[in-house]
Amino acid sequence: MNAKKIDKIAVGFLYAMAGVIVLILFSLLAFILWRGIPQISWEFLTTPSKSFQTGGGIVIQLFNSFYLLILTMLISTPLSLGAAIYLSEYAKKNLLTDFIRTIIEVLSSLPSVVVGLFGFLVFVLQWGLGFSILSGAMALTLFNLPLLTRTIEDSLRAIPLTQREAGLALGLSRWETVNLVILPAALPGILTGMILAAGRIFGEAAALIYTAGQSAPALDFTNWNPLSISSPLNVMRPA
Amino acid sequence: MEDSQKKLAEHSGKSRLEKIGKTISFLCIAFIVFVVLSILYFVASKGIATFTKDGVSLIDFLTGKIWNPGSIGENGKPLTGALPMIAGSFIVTLLAAAVATPFAIGAAIFMTEISPTVGKKILQPVIELLVGIPSVVYGFIGLSVVVPFMRNTFGGSGFGIISAAIVLFVMILPTVTSMSVDTLKSVPRYYREASLALGATRWQTIYKVVLRSATPGLLTAVVFGMARAFGEALAVQMVIGNAALMPTNLITPASTLTSILTMNMGNTVMGTLENNVLWSLALILLVMALFFNILTRWIGKKGAMN
Repeated sequence: MNAKKIDKIAVGFLYAMAGVIVLILFSLLAFILWRGIPQISWEFLTTPSKSFQTGGGIVIQLFNSFYLLILTMLISTPLSLGAAIYLSEYAKKNLLTDFIRTIIEVLSSLPSVVVGLFGFLVFVLQWGLGFSILSGAMALTLFNLPLLTRTIEDSLRAIPLTQREAGLALGLSRWETVNLVILPAALPGILTGMILAAGRIFGEAAALIYTAGQSAPALDFTNWNPLSISSPLNVMRPA
Repeated sequence: MEDSQKKLAEHSGKSRLEKIGKTISFLCIAFIVFVVLSILYFVASKGIATFTKDGVSLIDFLTGKIWNPGSIGENGKPLTGALPMIAGSFIVTLLAAAVATPFAIGAAIFMTEISPTVGKKILQPVIELLVGIPSVVYGFIGLSVVVPFMRNTFGGSGFGIISAAIVLFVMILPTVTSMSVDTLKSVPRYYREASLALGATRWQTIYKVVLRSATPGLLTAVVFGMARAFGEALAVQMVIGNAALMPTNLITPASTLTSILTMNMGNTVMGTLENNVLWSLALILLVMALFFNILTRWIGKKGAMN
């Protein structure tokens, strides 16, 4: 066997592997769409679910998912924005920064069950929030922080140094440079990061079982009093 | 004179603003660090309570084969052998990684070295889409496709280690592939050109030059996939059968650390032994996550030296 023959065999093998993967991935997508799409109708999305009878829809679950998503983003965006600004603009290259980066990496590698259990222990029991949207949103925040911080930091770092120098040369302080020059320039990257993070939050399950609970009480969408249990805006209700 | 001297001596509004800004951003980062440390502390203190408060010996916990924390064994101690779950977790993870690695690296080579256009147009978008699919969806597909298939092929219930490994394989495949692609893309072009100029065939170039220089990155990708598989809870719980028995073969129901955790945490009372041993399982998960983390760092360091 000469080198050319081996080359042909190896390349053929690689083609086969890529083919198998494409097959697996496409059949996965096709399966989800084929089984899922016929079931989805406007009615399914807009009626509350019914126990003990067939029919009904997912409107409450859908609303809760989005509400959780929005709350989580509201809590986690400012936090990770601040953290990212510190890491990209202020952090010096020293042991403390190394330590902080390690910590963030550790947080991102924690299994979501562990994060959920921590949320259960601290938010649900210790702080007495019970199984609620708020506990769920805070657990998801923990889960979301490292990823969001990293993407925001990357997009801040992608802004060329000249922009910063220009800002400083105009007599702006560093903080003003970040706020007025760097952030607007990095906005598209930050938004992409937020959308990616939102996708991850939307699909997260294990961290929520112990924090948001698994039952959704009936909601009255005309009730806008945030303190009533049946109001969709109440953050203390289980979801 | 007095006035201007004073004005020059005190901090300007801008420098105050700068200080406030720096403090705010530092507080954010400090908060994250605090949260992580408290997660580590809480889970560790809860997990250790099994051994300190309830007097379970660490060796019994790690090597015992019978999991039934509610009842007392022959030696008068509760039956808290976690070995079935530990073994289940490791077997499932290793199987999934062992199958996924060649496929992922093969696909990555295909996308970067052999057919970049097809790779970019077809494989890349599909893989990116699949990375974003929630794990519950993978578990559900496993439940409705893989489990019946296993039941018809091998008999039994269809729930088992092999089903879980297949689900995890499909789940980590996109992640490992896209990380491998990034690694291969970062191999400098002149490495390839030098090898081809020496008369090496394409395969020789790939095998002897590209793969060698990308090894640390590829290892990181695999370890990352393993960490994800190890920590995955719901997808595994849906297909593995959740029987806390020592796994004897691949097609009977078994369990992993995560599946037992998600199944039982809601059914036990806080502070009891049954509950504390579950926290010990969580502690094992945490330690493994840290271990994977250290492993990737170590690989990265080794790679940087070469």
